[in-house]
Amino acid sequence: MTVWLRHQQDALVRTLQRFGRTPLATSLSILVIAVTLALPVGLYLALLNLHGIAGRINAEPQISLFLALEATPSDVQAVETRLKMHHAVAQFKFISKEEAFEEMRTATRFGDALEALDKNPLPDAFVIRSKSSDPAVLEALRDDLAMLSKVEHIQLDSAWAKRLADFSNAGEKVVLMLSVALGAALLAVTGNTIRLQILTQREEIEVGRLIGASDDYVRRPYLYFGALQGLLGGVLALALAVVGLLWLSTNLVEIIRVYAPDFRPGVVPWKTGATVIVLPTILGWLGAYASVSMYLRQIRPR
Amino acid sequence: MISFSNVTKRHSNSFESLKGVSFEVGEGELVIVTGHSGAGKSTLLKLAAGIEYPTSGSVIVAGQNISRLRSQALAILRRNIGLIFQDHKLLFDRNVFENVVLPLSINGYSRADAARRVRAALDKVGLLGREKENPIQLSGGEQQRLCIARAIVNRPAIMIADEPTGNLDAEYGGAIMDLFKSFNQVGVTMLISTHDEALATRYNPRRLHLDKGKLAVEAIA
Repeated sequence: MTVWLRHQQDALVRTLQRFGRTPLATSLSILVIAVTLALPVGLYLALLNLHGIAGRINAEPQISLFLALEATPSDVQAVETRLKMHHAVAQFKFISKEEAFEEMRTATRFGDALEALDKNPLPDAFVIRSKSSDPAVLEALRDDLAMLSKVEHIQLDSAWAKRLADFSNAGEKVVLMLSVALGAALLAVTGNTIRLQILTQREEIEVGRLIGASDDYVRRPYLYFGALQGLLGGVLALALAVVGLLWLSTNLVEIIRVYAPDFRPGVVPWKTGATVIVLPTILGWLGAYASVSMYLRQIRPR
Repeated sequence: MISFSNVTKRHSNSFESLKGVSFEVGEGELVIVTGHSGAGKSTLLKLAAGIEYPTSGSVIVAGQNISRLRSQALAILRRNIGLIFQDHKLLFDRNVFENVVLPLSINGYSRADAARRVRAALDKVGLLGREKENPIQLSGGEQQRLCIARAIVNRPAIMIADEPTGNLDAEYGGAIMDLFKSFNQVGVTMLISTHDEALATRYNPRRLHLDKGKLAVEAIA
């Protein structure tokens, strides 16, 4: 056990020495891996955020009904009665113009502008949920309600949220495909780096074998190198993706927070973070293993 | 300890460097292999070290048939063999200490133990105090002694040396042979090739003389 540990320690020291001997080439390889991985990682994090936003917005279709500004309480009462009786309406909620004004004043940055207005520009409204999410039923309900007296505008909400969820699901598939393709690229990059190292250290490998180095002993520092390169590439990719997302979302944060108040674009769930770091480490190790197994066979002591 | 039984080595160009060679080297024996250039001395030593494999016949080293050993077992066997090459096979991107410590790292020695053994080996070959130097800074004779230090640091049971004095003058060559004799006196089995008759007879050892790949003379001291 002690000998095994010493071999691991020795391999790690030799790996770090190799990093130190070619700092520029190694850093460039890590950068290539990081940039390669940053794209799917960034997309995945963006999708996670999108999922979050879509999840917070009710994906069930609903209809917003806005009354005319001059609508009186009796007009409101009439619409409410009609809604109670309508067979396609599951439930509804009345939002008075005062409530809407207050919410807009407190939840958005337009508070100051609203304070400056002489009168409330917002209408009374109803938010209606249909019994069915069938688009034909929803459209029929919308048309039906549009006929009511003092109804100024009516719109089918949440269709875009559904589309957002669909887009997010399609995006997940794109990320999966990208991850597979770029994972293969990572294997190739690591394999090639290791191949070059083996070629430059051919003499050392030959001498090592002559004096009793086993295949495991020779292979170990290359595996450590591949794994460490993948690990550092993964960490850097995560950092690049987070910084990129933060930068891109700077201007969108205010708008998104209207729908998702706790939206935090820079926060990476720990499972995602761990995957982004562990997976390239494993891929780096596998790429190194494949390369070192292939090329070590060609090196025999003379 | 080393046994060749009707060993023939044919190369890819059909040239036979060894033809039906048979001999045995007992434990603790010192055997010198002589012959002209191209007689097959280096091939014989490479076969004994498991660097090459016989085309026919068998090579048994420390009770193990070289041809049948898997790479892991061969690696373990080589840890018990100290190899000394005419071209030294030193690593010039490492210093003297790092070259000598290599077999000990492979064997998993602790740093302190390894350092102690390296200093002892370097002391034995007269290179103590030059641990930090690069082998390129050493003369040909010093490089050969460094190669010997690397071969003995592991205290191997067998030492195989291919023309260890080939690049050295008579004085250095004699000193190296004296060193080998001292290892042999503590029980190390020695198989050394040389084309230098004076060195071959220095301690009147048992001699194997090769001529065009065949064992021509086997003289017992």
